[in-house]
Amino acid sequence: MKCSEFLQELTNYLDGVLDEKTKVELENHLSWCHNCYVVCDTTKKTIEIYRDSQLYELPEDLRGRLRSAIMTKCQQQKKRGPQSV
Amino acid sequence: MGAIQNKLAGPVSDELALVQAAKRGDDSAFEELVRRYDRNVFRIAQHITQNREDAEDVVQEAFLKAYGNLAQFQEQSKFYTWLVRIAVNEALMKLRRRRPERTVSLDEEIKTEDDSLPREIADWSPNPEQQYTQAELREILSKTIQGLPPGFRTVFVLRDVEGLSTEETAAALELSVPAVKSRLLRARLQLRDRLGRYFQKREGANGKSSNVTSGDGNK
Repeated sequence: MKCSEFLQELTNYLDGVLDEKTKVELENHLSWCHNCYVVCDTTKKTIEIYRDSQLYELPEDLRGRLRSAIMTKCQQQKKRGPQSV
Repeated sequence: MGAIQNKLAGPVSDELALVQAAKRGDDSAFEELVRRYDRNVFRIAQHITQNREDAEDVVQEAFLKAYGNLAQFQEQSKFYTWLVRIAVNEALMKLRRRRPERTVSLDEEIKTEDDSLPREIADWSPNPEQQYTQAELREILSKTIQGLPPGFRTVFVLRDVEGLSTEETAAALELSVPAVKSRLLRARLQLRDRLGRYFQKREGANGKSSNVTSGDGNK
């Protein structure tokens, strides 16, 4: 496997959907190609950092206000009938 | 090094029962759906619009639209995927209104192959996120993802932050599976490249960066 081929398969590899044969070839490539190993490892870290970051969490007080506004508007909409959506 | 473990949005077993009850007019069932997905919709909306007020509006408008169109929901897909589709469209509309000078579309042309090839290979320090305070880290992550085109960051957020499958992401964005995969790869590589500026191993330093707020992670 060449570095460019590794890059094409990287997303499937990280998502765990590579077939066994390609996975073995890719891991073999990673065992000797340090650059691709670093790219793979830091891409995985990038995803994990974003996933665990709790970026843009909805604060509880705002959450409550939004939910009650939504339900109030839903009830108003119901009274007006479905054609007014 | 193995595959990433996905974070699920929540149990889906009784989602259908809630949707059916809401269709029959049970508002408390609909409220439960709001409770279940409001955080996800808010995150997705803020990632796309990059504006908190817009994200709040999108949460309200998306749920209201879902409520008004519940009878049309076919139950062949997951309610959550359908809701995400509505929310993404609302968020993109906000973005277009705010930036009328720039066309905002999920179908924007994909740039040439080499724009996302790794430029910086240097390794990161072992626990890069621990070099920064929570607030600093959030600022870095937020600034970095803002630099991605909306079509890329939306795919990344749905797939990698919210844990939708490739197929669900494709359905929610009305894109093909290959288009989602291609954008996801580029988004991941571009983010990795940009984060490297903050997280690279530094010789002789304890890893603390001196320019968190002045460094431009979006170039």
